[in-house]
Formats: sequence, C-alpha cells, structure tokens
Amino acid sequence: MASGKEIRNKIKSVENTRKITKAMEMVAASKMRKAQERMRQARPYGEKIRRVAAHLSHALTEYKHPFLVKRDPIKKAGIIVVTSDKGLCGALNSNVLRNVLNQMKDLESQGIAIQATAIGNKGLGFLQRSGASVVSQVTGLGDTPHLERLIGPVKVQLDAYINGEIDQLFIAYTRFVNTMKQEPVIEQLLPLSGEVVGSESARWDYVYEPDAKSVIDDLLVRYVEALIYQSVAESMASEQSARMVAMKSASDNAKNVIGELKLVYNKTRQAAITKELSEIVSGAAAV
Amino acid sequence: MALRVHVDVVSAEESIFSGEAEYVVLPGEAGELGIYPRHTPLLTRIKPGTVRIKVPDAEFEMIYVSGGMLEVQPTIVTVLADTAIRGGDLDEAKALEAKKAAEEALQNRSAEMDYAKAEAELAEAVAQLATIEQLKKRKH
Repeated sequence: MASGKEIRNKIKSVENTRKITKAMEMVAASKMRKAQERMRQARPYGEKIRRVAAHLSHALTEYKHPFLVKRDPIKKAGIIVVTSDKGLCGALNSNVLRNVLNQMKDLESQGIAIQATAIGNKGLGFLQRSGASVVSQVTGLGDTPHLERLIGPVKVQLDAYINGEIDQLFIAYTRFVNTMKQEPVIEQLLPLSGEVVGSESARWDYVYEPDAKSVIDDLLVRYVEALIYQSVAESMASEQSARMVAMKSASDNAKNVIGELKLVYNKTRQAAITKELSEIVSGAAAV
Repeated sequence: MALRVHVDVVSAEESIFSGEAEYVVLPGEAGELGIYPRHTPLLTRIKPGTVRIKVPDAEFEMIYVSGGMLEVQPTIVTVLADTAIRGGDLDEAKALEAKKAAEEALQNRSAEMDYAKAEAELAEAVAQLATIEQLKKRKH
C-alpha cells in the first residue's frame, strides 16, 4: 500500500485538476447562455427564408438559377464541415466527423469525388488526416459567428458549384436540441432540396419586380448566407453546452476520486497508528 | 368573416412581427405596394422605408426596414428584412444625425469615397425620419 505522503500528493493533484475543470465549466456555462441567445435570434429568419426558398423551388420559374436545378449524374460533391476550434467538449466533434466520414464513404462508393471546406480547427485536422481535398478553411472564429469571415471560404464552394465543378453541396454541423442533447446532422445545401423542382403540378410563377434574375439571385444569396450563419450559430451553442456538461462530469468524477483517495489515506494512517500503539504496548509488556 | 393574410416580418436578429392582418403597405423597389389577401405570388426587393401593417381592429403597426426581400403568397406575406426596427423604438435624434453625416459625406466628394454607399446611407436615414414623422402625426 502507498505511503501517506504519496496519497496526500495524489489528492492534492486531483484537487487541482478539479479546480480547473470547475472553472472551465463555469466559463462554458456563461458563454453558453450568450451562444444560445444568438442562435435563437437567428432561427426565425432562417425558418422564414427556408419557407420562401421551398416555395420558390416549387414554382414554375421562368428563370432557372443554377442553385435550383438538379444535376444528373453527380460527379463531384462539396461538403462544408462545421466543428469547434477547441476540444474538451465531449463527443461533439467526433459525432460530426463520424457522420462526415460515413457520408464520404457513401459518396465515394458511388464514384463521387469530394472537396471539403473546414469551418473550425477540429474538422480541418480531421479532413487533412483523412486525405480529403480541402479547398478552403476558416479557423479561430472565437465565440461569435461573423458572416464576413464565413462567407469567403463558403464562396469557394458556391463558385465551384456555379462553374459546374461540383454538382452537390452538403453541410455537416451540430444541431442544438437542448443543453443536454445535440445531434450531428448533414443537410443538402445545394441544389435546393425541394423534392420536385418545377414539377408538373406547379403551374404558377411569381410576379417579379424588377426582374426574375436579379430578385432570385439576391434571394438565394441571402438563403445560403442565412443557412450557413445559422448552422455555425447552432454549432457554437452546442459546443458550449457540450463543454459545460463534459466539464461538469469531469468535476464530479474528480470529486469521487478525491473521496476514495481520502478513504485510503485515512485507512493507512489508522493502520500506522495501530501498529505503533501495539509496538509500544508490547514493548512496555516486555519491560 | 373578412379575409385575413398572415404577415411575418423577420430580421437577421429577431422576429419583429408575426400575425394576421387586413392588408400591408410596403416600399417595393419599383414603388409602394399594397398587399391584400389573395394577392398573386410576388417576389421583390424592398427599399429602406416603412412597412405598415393594418392589424384587424387596431391601429397600423409601423416597422422600419433598411431593405430586404418580400415574398407574397395568397395567404402569407413574408418580409425578410436586413434590419428592421419597430416604429416606436426609432430614435429621431440618431436618425437626424445619420442623415446629416450622410449629406456631409455626399458633399465632400473630393476624397476617394464610396458614393453609392453614402447615398444608400442617406436613403436609410431619410426613410427612418419619414417613419418617425408618420408616427408623430398619428399621435397628435
């Protein structure tokens, strides 16, 4: 059995670890509130623009924007991977990346090549390790999603789509359900996934002012921007929540370990005292 | 029962208005638009200005928008505003200040400045002031 001093040192070190995880938990909790607030504010706009885009994809439009046209066959696909910059947030990133890996395998088995965009450090590292071609990236976003910083790397993929280099674009991110639950999702960003684009049943079209092309172009740019912004905001809220939960369980574990170590320490201390006492008593009896 | 149309006004920051209305008046790019229920589907950009929503059995709801998109479906009107402020929250002093700054910027064109941007800023400030004026008129 370890000596008293060794156990005391061990307890000290676990206590220090617990202080750190406790502090990180509290930092994450305060950041989480702000991140959740931002995400909630972005939601109505995202929902409404999705609805408009869905209407648009069902209309029999005179002008066919490339974002609205389904291509066949699909030769190459793009994927935008939204992850966090930092670790220590539980299984958050590995869940997203497992999904991405499955999707990539799926596409590759159909003979579809892939080019990726990484938003966040963890995804970037993963994509480079897995040997995917990373065409653009952005890391070090901090705690607030800035559209100006996101739009550059995303534009690389959008331009590739417009130029016909890729025929599909996906986005993988973490959807925030509640503080305890976040789920990794992959959504098709382009072409717009209204099931039947310009189907026979759609016999109506919008009236456009001033003209169809400029209005639809404008709307779709906003649509993509809103969706990207929202997915990053959701991922950030998820990150802080996941980190808070992970750090809370780390603090709780540390507390248990300290309790167990203290028990062992007291036992050895008592054993030592008993031993000493019995030595003194037997010594006195011998005299 | 009279016809109603569902109106949603959202900005990137929040949902400003969501509810039933008798009709809506908006500053469309090609001119002022009045949208009644069962309007034909319409898609357009909107200019800086005031969105006025006639709420049933109540006064107009005034919302200032700095531009954005408008989608009209027979039963739903969706305004995707770039920034939207409820009429009551508009600050006249700030709007006047912005107007002055924009006008000055337009006059000092000597420097290599962004003319189009300054003009857009001026249009925004003027639209904000117009919204405030309309609100004032209603109060007196």
